[in-house]
Amino acid sequence: MIRFVLAMLLVAAAAPVAAETIAITGGTVAMGDGSEPIPNGMVVIRDGRVVAAGDIRMKLPEGTQVIDATGKWVTPGIVAGFSRLGLADVDLSAEGADDTTADGPFNAAIDVVPAINPRDTPIAVNRADGVTRALVAPSVGKNIFAGQGAVIDTGADMDPITAPRKFQFVELGERGADKAGGSRTSAHVLFRNALREASELRRYAPPIEAARTGTPDARERPVVRNPNESRVYGPEARRSEDVLLTRFDAAALVPVLQGRQYLLVHVERASDILQVLDLKREFPSLKIVLVGASEGWLVADKIAQSGIPVIASAVNDLPATFEQLAATQSNVGRMRAAGVKVSIGMIDDNETRNLFMERQYAGNLVGLQKIPGATGVSWGEALAMITSRPAEAIGMGGELGSLAPGRRADLVIWSGDPLEGSSAAEQVFIDGVRQPLETHQTRLLDRYRDLRRSTLPPAYRH
Amino acid sequence: MSNKSLLIAALSAVLLSGCAALDSGPKSAAAVRINEDPFPSTYARYPGVLTVIRHATVFTGEGQQINDGTVVFADGVIKAVGGPELASPAGALEIDGTGKFVTPGIIDIHSHLGDYPSPGVTANSDGNEATDPVRPEVWAEHSVWPQDPGFSRALVNGGVTTLQILPGSANLFGGRSVVLKNVPGRTVQEMKFPGAPYGLKMACGENPKRVYGSHDKMPQTRMGNIALARQTWAKAQEYKRKWDEYYAKGGDMPERDLAMDTLKGVLEGKILVQNHCYRADEMANMIDMAKEFGYHITAFHHAVEAYKIADLLRDNDICAVMWADWYGFKMEAYDAIKENIPLVHNAGACAIVHSDDPNYIQRLNQEAAKALGDGIRAGIPNLSEAVAWEWLSRNPAKALGILDKTGTLTPGKGADVVLWNGDPFSDYSRPERVWIDGTEMYDANNPKKRPVSDFELGQPGEGDVK
Repeated sequence: MIRFVLAMLLVAAAAPVAAETIAITGGTVAMGDGSEPIPNGMVVIRDGRVVAAGDIRMKLPEGTQVIDATGKWVTPGIVAGFSRLGLADVDLSAEGADDTTADGPFNAAIDVVPAINPRDTPIAVNRADGVTRALVAPSVGKNIFAGQGAVIDTGADMDPITAPRKFQFVELGERGADKAGGSRTSAHVLFRNALREASELRRYAPPIEAARTGTPDARERPVVRNPNESRVYGPEARRSEDVLLTRFDAAALVPVLQGRQYLLVHVERASDILQVLDLKREFPSLKIVLVGASEGWLVADKIAQSGIPVIASAVNDLPATFEQLAATQSNVGRMRAAGVKVSIGMIDDNETRNLFMERQYAGNLVGLQKIPGATGVSWGEALAMITSRPAEAIGMGGELGSLAPGRRADLVIWSGDPLEGSSAAEQVFIDGVRQPLETHQTRLLDRYRDLRRSTLPPAYRH
Repeated sequence: MSNKSLLIAALSAVLLSGCAALDSGPKSAAAVRINEDPFPSTYARYPGVLTVIRHATVFTGEGQQINDGTVVFADGVIKAVGGPELASPAGALEIDGTGKFVTPGIIDIHSHLGDYPSPGVTANSDGNEATDPVRPEVWAEHSVWPQDPGFSRALVNGGVTTLQILPGSANLFGGRSVVLKNVPGRTVQEMKFPGAPYGLKMACGENPKRVYGSHDKMPQTRMGNIALARQTWAKAQEYKRKWDEYYAKGGDMPERDLAMDTLKGVLEGKILVQNHCYRADEMANMIDMAKEFGYHITAFHHAVEAYKIADLLRDNDICAVMWADWYGFKMEAYDAIKENIPLVHNAGACAIVHSDDPNYIQRLNQEAAKALGDGIRAGIPNLSEAVAWEWLSRNPAKALGILDKTGTLTPGKGADVVLWNGDPFSDYSRPERVWIDGTEMYDANNPKKRPVSDFELGQPGEGDVK
């Protein structure tokens, strides 16, 4: 390993561009891959990627910027497993500030990309708390299909999209039933009909191989090209007359049907989960990811057998709805123990803004190990559930979420154990770029920390 | 009793007193007094045992930390709190608290458990009587469903031993709150905290104007909020004057108005104002309105901008009830900052951590931990875990008018005690045992010491560790 790293560094050092190498030394390093933290570890990054991390010692090239993290913790940035980050600056009664839900004529064709605002306050607040990437899903409008979600970063720049149109999001539980006309029966017919309409158009789509060749924008690997370029929209792509979906919506489901785009399915109830597992048998090409799954522990063996990953709420333990009667904080631990690939998301839980709570929740799952009768997870696994596991669920584990060599250099230096809410992010890097941590909130703190009357009103303190 | 029969009862009472007046000559004082406690508490503590916890880290709730501490309780009350030198009384159940922490039970001053219970279906939605912006006549206790499974989660995961259930914030005057012991009951009366005063839920800002403005009804604006509230207080003053006169001089009993009864209770200082209000400027307006009509605001709830006017809150003896880091979900929460709680505390005002949520109520200790960490990092002096525990029990007890009964580990007070399996300011810690008035209501090691609501019996996951 060390030899490999040295070789890489030497090669890199020979390159003409003065790319900066950054080494973070002396801190407790957690890889994000499920392993336990490593005291006095090191992380080396270069050109926006991780070179090496962990229990390593190496000769650093000249000019390496060394950051002493003694007494600190170093981890991959938090990857919010399910969110609506970047879609709403304010959630209620603030026109123009909320793009989470589209009630217009389209559904599956919707693409969150144009709505993501990298300058919105929640992105800055979460960046300042160590959240560096997020899976962003639209909310359903009038249909069970919400549209296509993206993976974004929280960097302080105008280029937030890591992977556009990475997944389609569909509601097949209580909310899906509501959108379909009041019953799960209707939702399932709608779903199958949508796939039927997509399959009609599939024959006009370019073959899968074609989509993988060429030189698409690197950010788009390995999935869906801009759907507006697709030939399935053209007049020559004929459709039956008895269709429910618009052409755009049906065409948007073609990559789902081809297995080129992940399908995130929100269900909570055990029986609904089993229905989704059946869908996978009926349409084997679908790349399904379960979202929610509060009752997953009741059917954990079956989920594990299916190989379908789950992005779950971490600590839901209330029978908040009739589809969550069996909710328990042990759900995640029990699914994990049964062999399910589990990660954590914010499902109906302040998902436009409080993604920073994922690390607190992860800490709670660790704490469950001490409770008789409960099932928690190890510290290393808990961290993985908010870093590498959600990335793996959508096939991006090779890019995001851990400190393995070659991963994007998203990392956080924490004041202490990151699974303690009382710890804070002190330095945040995204793609190797150190990020500003100032927010609307920190500016307000500076303005109002001293209330004594001054020579001018507080409005002049800036 | 219908309004009509109430009126008949009142009239006959007046007639009777009129007859009596014939005999005694001069006009008598009022014969009918309003029953101020028509739904009295029937709470009675369950049997407990003489218990001593030794070798634990103790936060007293009054800013002190005792290492290797000892806590003794019996007959429902705290008997002694001290260090290792404190002797165990004969026959006491002795619990080894080595590596563990003991605190007063957490008090959530802002909960809707029972009136917005789980499951959150329309049939159970009983928190907002959003039929008129002025509804001080409704009482949250009449909406509380004692079988809400959320109570048990707050107890076993959150260490919450006392909570105030408030009506929602759709109305300027939302109705009366009720303070409950977190002890399962068949009726809400069995949960009511004996001797706790009522609260009045008031709201300013976005919610009332949104709810009624959208129906083309007053209030549609913040100025409408204040105008309607002032008009209502003016009416209440007049109502109180009539009753005061009646009580002093007798005569015809004034017409009973349940809404005005509540407001009269506020003007008399018997009912505490719990005022939902986010923005600093609006809190200032509410303070002036309170002074105009001669009542006191006990606490501002969801006071996300309290840090901007912490001095004003201190000078007016008003508590600020806050979240650690909720922000931006609506415009009036846009300026929330993570140092709000410690800044208010540092200004010498009364800071309280609250949930307003059936999930957050299970982790109020962790909310305090975040606020504490943020405060220390911001350089706010004299903060510690022991001090921060005041935000979780002492200060909410004060703002509920029950500090003489609970909220701190003080001999003579109710033994509302939590034994945590680790430092409660850690995400890894949870309650191990919880006592309310000295009765063990939860023991993590004993499945029989875990309440299960009627609703959950026979359901998947009944009795599971939640």
